[in-house]
Amino acid sequence: MEVTKETLLGFYETMVTIRTFEEKAMELFAAGYIPGFVHLYIGEEAVATGVCANLTERDFITSTHRGHGHLIAKGGKIDLMMAELMGKVTGYCKGKGGSMHIADVDLGILGANGIVGAGQPIAAGAAFACKYKKEDNVCVCFFGDGASNRGTFHEALNLASVFNLPVIYVCENNLYGISNCQRDHMNVSDISDRAASYGIPGVSVDGNDVMAVYEAAAEAVKRARKGEGPSMIECKTWRHRGHFEGDPGIYKSAKEQEAWIKKDPIIKLEKKLLEYEYASEDELNAIKDTAKERIEAAVEFAKNSPDPEPEDVLRDVYAD
Amino acid sequence: MKTMTYVEALRDGMRFEMNKDPNVYLAGEDVGIFGGCFGQTAGLYQEFGPERVIDTPITETAIIGHAVGAAASGLRPIVEIMFIDFTGVCMDEILNQATKMRYMFGGKAKVPMVIRTPCGAGVGAAAQHSQSLEAFFTHIPGMKVVMPSVAADARGLMIAAIRDDNPVMYIEHKGLLGVEGEVPEGDVIVPLGKADIKKEGSDVTIVAWSAMVGKAMSAAASLEKEGISAEVLDPRTLKPLDIDSILSSVAKTGKLVIVHEANKTGGFGGEIAALVADEGFDYLNAPIKRVTAPDSPVPFSPVLEKAYVPGEEKIIAAVKELFA
Ligand SMILES: Cc1ncc(C[n+]2csc(CCOP(=O)(O)OP(=O)(O)O)c2C)c(N)n1
Ligand SMILES: [Mg+2]
Repeated sequence: MEVTKETLLGFYETMVTIRTFEEKAMELFAAGYIPGFVHLYIGEEAVATGVCANLTERDFITSTHRGHGHLIAKGGKIDLMMAELMGKVTGYCKGKGGSMHIADVDLGILGANGIVGAGQPIAAGAAFACKYKKEDNVCVCFFGDGASNRGTFHEALNLASVFNLPVIYVCENNLYGISNCQRDHMNVSDISDRAASYGIPGVSVDGNDVMAVYEAAAEAVKRARKGEGPSMIECKTWRHRGHFEGDPGIYKSAKEQEAWIKKDPIIKLEKKLLEYEYASEDELNAIKDTAKERIEAAVEFAKNSPDPEPEDVLRDVYAD
Repeated sequence: MKTMTYVEALRDGMRFEMNKDPNVYLAGEDVGIFGGCFGQTAGLYQEFGPERVIDTPITETAIIGHAVGAAASGLRPIVEIMFIDFTGVCMDEILNQATKMRYMFGGKAKVPMVIRTPCGAGVGAAAQHSQSLEAFFTHIPGMKVVMPSVAADARGLMIAAIRDDNPVMYIEHKGLLGVEGEVPEGDVIVPLGKADIKKEGSDVTIVAWSAMVGKAMSAAASLEKEGISAEVLDPRTLKPLDIDSILSSVAKTGKLVIVHEANKTGGFGGEIAALVADEGFDYLNAPIKRVTAPDSPVPFSPVLEKAYVPGEEKIIAAVKELFA
């Protein structure tokens, strides 16, 4: 597949923005600005970036508890995200949701989700709506290796298959569900093999190679838009941080961690950009600086935003 | 007696029964090396090994479903659902299997299993990780529901729950896990269905459970200074409910305030109020009051969460209304 310099640089910018956002969230969480649970996407940026590059604002995604990267890649506004992480009234959910529930329905982002596997049938539903309205938009469902053991996974893939829905199931296999490693929680090594049980195509790709992810997703999205039904893509990747901030990750070996850190998707892409002479070191640094500035502005916005009012508790329980 | 935190006490209860009965085992997500999301099972994997402390995949349906099958076949599983909110995933196994089997089979099956699960708001975990869902489970015939408020009860109720021959929801409050208390050691149970008067008083009965007991206690201390003597009664087990103890207390005080963290509509406070109205109407000299969360999901922002969770001030205000 022909990928232009602009496309690759775009990927780089998105991935760096996600990384910078996450590093900031990490810092703010440690400093007590962010309450609750924070699950960081550091190390997995290539997945959301490569997949969402194939989507438009009219397409849908369902996200997970580890959702910041999906949201940014789908065009989510980082200032509203940051404000939501801090529980501010200016945040995406007016401070009601926090990290695990950020959504932007206008951008087709049907929410991060605190229930593992919950997005799988919801994604089928969004795809059902696309098909029902006879439009060519699609839905992408992001979920983890652990989530592929939920009943929802099996029911949703089967439903999507028999209904021939325009949905792409993207499994982010970071090899762990909290402390439980893949070889202990399932007896298949390629989760994409499971797609065959539902009669849909499944492929496994290097989830730290944004190009590989992009190409696999392009194929699946094309199929879905043409009315040829669902697909599954397994992206093999690694989370650099603990399951949530505060998890020391004692269940992972240092050797494993070290080996994967070397496969950092951002460094991988940097090497490629330099090798192709698409950018110089200075240009890459400039992209990083811009991302830092944008994130700093988002933090300022969030910090200067007011908290919700106690009366807001009972607002938005029902639609009027 | 030994000083322990609530979480150490509930763990010690599990350990005690696991040492005593080889048919007791523990299964759930991240209960092994990880030691549970809030450290509830820390050390048990090392002590009892992977055959009895079992990490499951993320598969609540099969966690509860397998426990039903294992319990009906002679084992005594303790299964953990990492947050009570996730019982939504395995409701059929709870509602239509675990709690129906014995009755449907004409009393010919036994399903001795404990579902251990944390509830409660206060940690910024938002709408899908903070609920207090006890009333869902008290509504199911065949289910027992315990909600300890202090370390000693956490241990004693755990042992009693494991020994019970029925499915028991053992609901631990996230906000209480680190709270210390004096705990009796050895083979000491807190029997299911027995309330505890946490503080004696003569002017008003405050019925509260789980994390609300502590709030009721501090409200009672403040009220004492203003000349109102409140009795704080902790049912400890919601099902079977020790209604007799509640009635005796109300007979003494004439007034009843019920406090729970769950939202009001359909909450278990309504059941207690109805029972007291039914069986203790003549004891009452004032309306029954409920102090609960509002009928909304649990909000994320600390400001909203604080407004959501019933606090000491709300309990004091409700009591004072009865004396106005
Ligand atoms: C139904 C349900 N069960 C358990 C959890 C607790 N939990 C949150 S994230 C997680 C692990 C998810 O693993 P995976 O799907 O691989 O995603 P990852 O965290 O690795 O991105 C678990 C068990 C939950 N939120 N929902
Ligand atoms: Mg995972």
